[in-house]
Amino acid sequence: MLHPSEGSALVITPVAAPLVVAAAYALMPRRCAAAWPALVPPGTILLCGSLLAADVVGAGPVSACAGLLRADALTAWMLLVIGAVALIACGSAPTYLAGERAAGRASERTLRHYHVLVQAFLAAMCLAVVTANLGVLWVAVEATTIVTAFLVGHRRTRTSVEAAWKYVVICSAGIALAFLGTVLIYYAARQAGIAEAQALSWPTLVARAGGLDPAVTRLGITLVVLGFGAKAGLIPLHAWLPDAHSQAPAPVSALMSGVLLSVAFAAILRYRVIADAALGAGFTRVLLAGMALLTLALAAGLLLAQRDHKRMLAYSSMEHMSLIALAAAIGSPLALSAALLHIAGHGLAKSAAFCGAGRILQLTGTARIGRVRGLLARAPALGGAFGFAVVALTAFPPFSLFASELGIARAGFAAGTGLAWATSGALLLVVAACAALAARTARMLLGPAPSRPSGLAEPGIWPLVLGLVACAALGITTGPLTGLLHAAAKTLGGH
Amino acid sequence: MSDGLYTQLLDLACGVFLLAAVLVLWRHELAAIVRAFALQGVALAAIALLLGAHEERGDLTAVGVALGLLRAGVLPYLMRRATAVPADGHGGEEVRETQPLVTVAASLLTAALLTLLAYAVGRPLTRLAPTPATHALPVGLAVVLIGFFVLVTRRRAPAQVVGFLLLDNGITATAFLATSGVPLIVELGVSFDVLLAVLVLQILTTRMREAFGTTDIDDLRELHD
Repeated sequence: MLHPSEGSALVITPVAAPLVVAAAYALMPRRCAAAWPALVPPGTILLCGSLLAADVVGAGPVSACAGLLRADALTAWMLLVIGAVALIACGSAPTYLAGERAAGRASERTLRHYHVLVQAFLAAMCLAVVTANLGVLWVAVEATTIVTAFLVGHRRTRTSVEAAWKYVVICSAGIALAFLGTVLIYYAARQAGIAEAQALSWPTLVARAGGLDPAVTRLGITLVVLGFGAKAGLIPLHAWLPDAHSQAPAPVSALMSGVLLSVAFAAILRYRVIADAALGAGFTRVLLAGMALLTLALAAGLLLAQRDHKRMLAYSSMEHMSLIALAAAIGSPLALSAALLHIAGHGLAKSAAFCGAGRILQLTGTARIGRVRGLLARAPALGGAFGFAVVALTAFPPFSLFASELGIARAGFAAGTGLAWATSGALLLVVAACAALAARTARMLLGPAPSRPSGLAEPGIWPLVLGLVACAALGITTGPLTGLLHAAAKTLGGH
Repeated sequence: MSDGLYTQLLDLACGVFLLAAVLVLWRHELAAIVRAFALQGVALAAIALLLGAHEERGDLTAVGVALGLLRAGVLPYLMRRATAVPADGHGGEEVRETQPLVTVAASLLTAALLTLLAYAVGRPLTRLAPTPATHALPVGLAVVLIGFFVLVTRRRAPAQVVGFLLLDNGITATAFLATSGVPLIVELGVSFDVLLAVLVLQILTTRMREAFGTTDIDDLRELHD
């Protein structure tokens, strides 16, 4: 048990720490852009996440700032995932940035911008998971779009400007729909007699969801799911995702794919609780299952024809997000636990894969799968880490994605005929996607090394290894996190 | 203010609000489009001020004034800067939305259909609390839909930004008409986000002009599968 003020400090720190470091980078003298301060906020977020986890499982939610910020088990879980993925991304950033500088694609100035924006990005994501106010949640998610826009377009080439433009326009317009949805829910809440200060507060809305007008709530939830679905890479507003992920610097791609998509999805999970209480489970179930299957079909189809390895990883993210959406559609306690475990496993494996892909891009100078050959012979440690990350993404044991996909499948088959059919369809598509992923990666890894020796040192591989080890450990046992996982699933309505 | 006058003025402001969106669809010159957008900002501020006067809430009046400054002043100013012909002078066609994907006549027809759609979709919203304000609520939804339409059919980058801003104005109007606006902290956050998004888009427009020599979205065709 913590003293209340310590508890609220734990809620505020994950947002404040990255902001402080961002300000420090912004104000630092021009010459020094040291990489180590960037590692402080991820560590802090992990620490706060674990302390909060211990606290909320025993003693229930902690709030601060007059109820604007609030941490429950889901918050603690998401903070742990953000912290872990940020540690991988920020840990592998120095090597990547050194490579960019050596290639003349970055200068001291751009490096400083990079650090400021990445830290602001972390702060926005933490704010999105620690706020209890659905309006502030929206503001935080839209803020992630703004701070990452220049990271996506950092190289200022034709392709990166194009990717940044599409990213900002599609995400901002998409997420504007979520705001319209939020406004409609607020309208329904006000008409149900909830006071202005409480009408966007998540716990209040969950407790009093039964009084919301069904017709208005239905319209609002549809818009919210479409809007945050745009940010989570779900159909129909997914078009920005492969472009942005392929153009952003590798550590940023790792953060965007590993946690930003999940943070947006966590927002959908929160709204789902309200919707299910107001409308019954059927409505969000059909909506989410439909979006999941369509996204999965698109991702699998485009993976089969993919020739660019960063885009390949981006489509793999869409595949995994749609599995999480399917689990949310199923909605049983097992399915929700599996969805949360999948969020963690995907974050760890995908960030390792993206950081590896970034180094491969620097090493070979190409993102074309066909031109990358004999990676294992050229750079064994890097090739091995990338290979294992892809093995993790194809959900082989012992990695945790195996456990969570198994959980989703079991929950799906136990949930009734319609969902069982949807689950079987999803499994077929997943098998196709995994086959494509495995075949493409094998082409990159295997084969003889090119005649000239690369003589490449491979520093900075430790964050990738660490991430993969954590992913494998989670697959074998959730250990001390078991209680938190179940508490988080319970928060999301899995009783 | 009597109820009758309030209702008439509110309907007038909403009418101007919708008309401005239609003007954006009708005009070709980017400068005229930005003027129509500024007009819409004025109408939006008027809606907020009327609601503030009617409910006798000072905070709402203040929000209305701030909104007017942002959406009829700052944002149109930023847009004008983005649409100004670059100093090196190439491209008289840069100031025009050359050929939208859909002709003007078809656009206006679509706007009419979208407005009907908004009234159909908005029925449950009006039914929940039938007041003069919520009766005008479908106008906000119509502008949201028209904003989306502008976003997907216009080819110049600045025109797309106006589409995004129409969408956003529509949402703000809906929020005012339904619930007299969202809580202040959220409104502040949202306005700040929108302002930053427009700044980001403006900088990206400049970069696009550097990289492609034009702001025609059709040139953005290098990333695809």
